[in-house]
Amino acid sequence: MEVIKFENVSKSYPRYHEITGGIKLLILNLPSAIKNLRSMRYSALEGVSFSVKKGESVGIIGRNGAGKSTTLGLIAGVLNPTSGSVEVNDRISPLLELGGGFHHDLTGRENIKLNGVLLGLRLNEVIAKLDQIIEFSELGDFIDQPLRSYSSGMKARLGFSVVAHLNPKILLIDEVLGVGDIRFREKCKRKIKEFKANGVTIVLVSHSVAEVMEVCDKVIWIDNKKVRASGKAVDVCQQYCDFMGIPLPKLAE
Amino acid sequence: MRTQSWLARKNHLIQNNKDIFLVLTHKAIKIRYKSQILGYFWSLLNPLLFTLIYYFIFSVIMKVKIENYPAFLVCGLFPWQWIGNSIGVSPGIFAGNASLIKKVNFPRNILVQVNVAQDAFHFLLTIPVICITLLLYGIFPSINYLWGIPLLAGIQFIFLYCISLFISTINLFFRDTENLIRFFLMFSMYMTPVMYSADMIPAKYKGLIVLNPFAPLIINWRSLLMEGSISFVYVGVLLGYCVVFWMISHYVYRKLSPKFAEVL
Repeated sequence: MEVIKFENVSKSYPRYHEITGGIKLLILNLPSAIKNLRSMRYSALEGVSFSVKKGESVGIIGRNGAGKSTTLGLIAGVLNPTSGSVEVNDRISPLLELGGGFHHDLTGRENIKLNGVLLGLRLNEVIAKLDQIIEFSELGDFIDQPLRSYSSGMKARLGFSVVAHLNPKILLIDEVLGVGDIRFREKCKRKIKEFKANGVTIVLVSHSVAEVMEVCDKVIWIDNKKVRASGKAVDVCQQYCDFMGIPLPKLAE
Repeated sequence: MRTQSWLARKNHLIQNNKDIFLVLTHKAIKIRYKSQILGYFWSLLNPLLFTLIYYFIFSVIMKVKIENYPAFLVCGLFPWQWIGNSIGVSPGIFAGNASLIKKVNFPRNILVQVNVAQDAFHFLLTIPVICITLLLYGIFPSINYLWGIPLLAGIQFIFLYCISLFISTINLFFRDTENLIRFFLMFSMYMTPVMYSADMIPAKYKGLIVLNPFAPLIINWRSLLMEGSISFVYVGVLLGYCVVFWMISHYVYRKLSPKFAEVL
């Protein structure tokens, strides 16, 4: 069963900042301003098609600005495609950008509640899992300190700990495993593998080829707004590494 | 079976949205009062200071004849403070929550509701101060407060929610809305009988008062707080405004909210 399906998806952004520059300019040159708006768009994705089956874990790789984050945004439903269709047939648990949904004046504990409901849990579910989440984060006494006193690694821990206790059907991960110390990163990877074993569909965006190869069965390489290659993780990563001129990382196992 | 699970999911979604509202409101209130020990008193200070200033200008210097003028002012300035606060920060509601809007797909208007709710909470906290001021002038709180305050606060909540939703949406696309709002608020405050009474308006302009949606609101707050009575004609006018504002703001919001993540 396909849970995510992109069919010939294109996404272009209008250059709204041209008019966010001022209402005066817009009113003075209304006809030309509207014409400009229509024509001045930059595209982030062009004719992208792929599908993800239930329980699959898929990595998305590519250079900066290739369109990876736009793809994730489309899956998460915060963006709508300009043309083509995006179908998502399961509950999504987007992974917030590090510290994205966090508030710096609140304590770690309060941020867990905030993040948990934003990620789709009921408040009582979050409260029931609060102790587990805190334990997983290994933040100890820091949990009752305001977030402003956290290091970026600690914030990442907190963020991942919340996600680890969701019941996601589809897990979207946007470059977060790169932060945190080595031990916690291993813990995150174990957790992700556990999700995988439980049949959770995973979409991972990462710059680390090693990580992608370790977690994903399938890889989609997006380059210059289009799907350049997709298929078995090792094959696509090999092509990508050849293209980038780096050796294919060896896996530990 | 299928429809049942669909219903269950729908229900979960609605309940989850309620939780998001509660947690965010709780957060907003907490932050407002957390960083300063005198948090509550600071926000009382603003309307009280203006009460003193207006009292000095209009009563002492210009000798305007309004009975119990400081009490009269408090009954107008405190409800206005809620209006001013909510609308004043509304341009930044979506613009200031970019990271959230770009990552999580939840109903964005919850952010607006949260903002109005925390100001409402704050306003309700200032009601004892209004009562104390009235008592100083020998005016006793009326039993009608019990239904009058929830009624007017409810109307004002919907009112401000619609206006804020409109402003916060538009401001994402025309960032200079923010600057217009300051003038709009100042203008509205002087056009509304906050520091003067509606009776003082010359007869030929009197009919125009209902064109200002804030006027019936403030007039009703004052008559409720000082005399314990509410004009139901004005309540009707206010409800009419609510319906119109609701339709306009939700039309704009529905059209533009799918583009929020693009422009942030």
